[in-house]
Amino acid sequence: MSNGNMNLTLKVWRQKNAQTSGKFVSYKAENISPDMSFLEMLDVVNESLTHKGDEPINFDHDCREGICGMCSLYINGHPHGPKRGITTCQLHMRTFHDGETITIEPWRAEAFPIVKDLAVDRSAFDRIQQAGGYVSVNTGGVPDGNAIPIPKVIADEAFNSATCIGCGACVAACKNASAMLFVSAKITQLGLLPQGQPERYRRVQSMVAQMDEEGFGSCTNTGACEAECPKEIKLTNIARMNNDYFSAKLFREDEVHEQGH
Amino acid sequence: MTLDAKIPQGPLAEKWSKHKFDLKLVNPANKRKYDIIIVGTGLAGASAAATLGELGYNVKAFCFQDSPRRAHSIAAQGGINAAKNYQNDGDSVFRLFYDTIKGGDYRARESNVHRLAEVSVNIIDQCVAQGVPFAREYGGLLDNRSFGGSQVSRTFYARGQTGQQLLLGAYSALNRQIHAGKVKMYTRHEMLDVVTIDGHAKGIVTRNMLTGAIDTHAGHAVLLCTGGYSNVFYLSTNAIGSNVTAAWRAHKRGAFFGNPCYTQIHPTCIPVTGDHQSKLTLMSESLRNDGRVWAPKTVEIAEQLRKGTLKADQVKEDDRDYFLERKYPAFGNLVPRDVASRNAKEMVEEGKGVGGSGFAVFLDFADAIKRLGEETVKAKYGNLFDMYIQITDENPYKQPMRIYPAVHYTMGGLWVDYNLSTTIPGLYALGECNFSDHGANRLGASALMQGLSDGYFVIPYTLGDYLAKIGPKKVDTNHPAFAATKKDVVDHVNKLLALKGTKTTNEYHRELGHIMWEYCGMARTDEGLRKAKGLIQALKADFWKNAIVTGENEEVNASLERAGRVADFIELGELMIDDALMRKESCGGHFRVESQTADGEALRDDENFAFVAAWEFKGENQPEELHKEQLTFEAVHLSQRNYA
Repeated sequence: MSNGNMNLTLKVWRQKNAQTSGKFVSYKAENISPDMSFLEMLDVVNESLTHKGDEPINFDHDCREGICGMCSLYINGHPHGPKRGITTCQLHMRTFHDGETITIEPWRAEAFPIVKDLAVDRSAFDRIQQAGGYVSVNTGGVPDGNAIPIPKVIADEAFNSATCIGCGACVAACKNASAMLFVSAKITQLGLLPQGQPERYRRVQSMVAQMDEEGFGSCTNTGACEAECPKEIKLTNIARMNNDYFSAKLFREDEVHEQGH
Repeated sequence: MTLDAKIPQGPLAEKWSKHKFDLKLVNPANKRKYDIIIVGTGLAGASAAATLGELGYNVKAFCFQDSPRRAHSIAAQGGINAAKNYQNDGDSVFRLFYDTIKGGDYRARESNVHRLAEVSVNIIDQCVAQGVPFAREYGGLLDNRSFGGSQVSRTFYARGQTGQQLLLGAYSALNRQIHAGKVKMYTRHEMLDVVTIDGHAKGIVTRNMLTGAIDTHAGHAVLLCTGGYSNVFYLSTNAIGSNVTAAWRAHKRGAFFGNPCYTQIHPTCIPVTGDHQSKLTLMSESLRNDGRVWAPKTVEIAEQLRKGTLKADQVKEDDRDYFLERKYPAFGNLVPRDVASRNAKEMVEEGKGVGGSGFAVFLDFADAIKRLGEETVKAKYGNLFDMYIQITDENPYKQPMRIYPAVHYTMGGLWVDYNLSTTIPGLYALGECNFSDHGANRLGASALMQGLSDGYFVIPYTLGDYLAKIGPKKVDTNHPAFAATKKDVVDHVNKLLALKGTKTTNEYHRELGHIMWEYCGMARTDEGLRKAKGLIQALKADFWKNAIVTGENEEVNASLERAGRVADFIELGELMIDDALMRKESCGGHFRVESQTADGEALRDDENFAFVAAWEFKGENQPEELHKEQLTFEAVHLSQRNYA
């Protein structure tokens, strides 16, 4: 089924589940086309494993167009591989050369336990969003869309933060496994927009509290998260979050307290 | 049984208002006595779960992904329609209704489509209030763009990531209800069956994809929001995990399947490069606002382009055929998707295809870049261009994109009445999962509209009426129907796990895709469809003999998940063929070669085929029974679609 001329060696992390220990296993990936995506290359390997009756390599993936955030993979020491601004599913084999050995690991962070092989449990991200990543409006009874004018620059800036796909590359890239880029992106999006103002200071406190509870580390301003983020979310989001957080802690405890549930 | 669409009486524009008043209500204190099961967390599922939670119902929501935010609605690019008429260019609820009915080639139900157009305006307001960052003008108000099949600008957008932003809005509303304890979320769970008691849906059977545990869940109603079935073609723009299993198992329990053969082939996708390909990537229809579609005028020039001895930008203006602009001057590059796709196919068949394989035409931005400047083009479509560069290694700012049609959306789906109820009382279908609003062809930017309309603004009303009628008596999984259905699921899983043959399920899936694309794709013939039916039956028999499924149930097992989905796709494929064979007319995305106008356009047969085909499952390997819902048109006059 393959139709290319690249031959590669893969060193893949195999681990049955979070309770057992894992190890690297080497595989050959043969006749790989440079036009294949990285995940299609893994498909080829998995097809041949299946034919041999071996268990295929488990990895998370879904949309394969860089937007769902499901694919992960730590490739040759980089989340989503060596290229900037893309997810693993958009990484193509032309980035590698014939004969190369490629090391493939899962995201490694205490707050992301291994599910199997290369897939991890990122439900901590959902719980952080559930703690406050929203504007509390019910369906219906909202004003007309154009009743809330928003300067284009503000809307564009909020959009930049809103492009986060929740993949977890920022955590995987960070030596402290910090989730602050992820958390700050939502806080910045809603903090910039007029719709997000009423709950701005409560939101930052509850999301940060949940982030800490999940066991993510602290930010060291190294910037590895920004460098590896497939959507190029900026470090300035973290600065905004810290600003709101300190502001909330210093001046708005009462307000936050009254709004809390 | 006879199909009753339960369309309210009265003038079209007043049906929904009147119906909302006539529907029974569940009083606020009683809502907490009802349990609602929602499967799928895309636009329809997430919006329904959030809204029903806000109203006070107890909701259990399920998705197969690791987070509800991953549902494939996230990948929708171009935009969402709404009849706001912010541009003062002549839009109205009636015009959106009319464009949608016409775009669907007069095969949709008028009442549903009108309701969709009515609530479209509420959707935009709701999303803005949630903090969805739509594109804006410098004055701070919302911006619009144009989409195919309409002559007004009514499409709201968030760069090329509108689906992502709308889904994250719905996801945030869902999260708020999870936090409030009104929605319990089950991720990495796949629904494998519906449980019915006395003919009513009362629960589901799921498989926990982490542990293999097969569990039952009870509720007063079940909402399927599980998307479309484009992956029956193997290659499509759908996510790898998108599947028909939930809808298909419901079908086998008694939910009729509506218009299964109505599939949409999207004209602007990145062409296939080889057999390794696992999915196709769409380039948004919005690109046709500024991109011009062309093919070389002669076969000789096309050959040089294919060999690479001539570059696209070297082809003289006189040697280019802007075929959509030439044939359809009124709509130009913005003709509906089915029309654009068929014309691209025609060019390729005439030997004028380009790219290495010859299966492509050009989408050219040179004029737009000259007119607007590269920066403006980048601001509008930057993320799409970047994606194109990643996949093809070519730069669309310098040379035209190569595009070719690919399967993108399924208009068919579970048959529902005006209340979104399937033929199993208590079982509802929302969003792409149902057949209801797009007829035989969906207009661009209408899928997001329908998903959110069903979830935010339709089901909260219509579901209440059913619940009020059945009463809040607790449904218990101790009822023997749950154990019986669970046993069926366990048997099915074991049957799959026992397959230790020689061919991977992926290979079967690809073969199925080839059959469907060849015989039930952009053009269909009586002869081809009959042949395909035989091929699929043989494929099915072979699958259950020779497929390989690895591993066990009690673990993460992608091989098992895939096997179940492929088995269901094969069965669905046969029904699609039956439906396409039965429908001897052409309409929208369903093009029967035997039924075309002198110009090669789809020729409808309103006298014999102005109906919805609703298929009833009659048992394994039995022919399905066709039921017809006659379509009546009061507000629009049926005519041959004309975009020239």
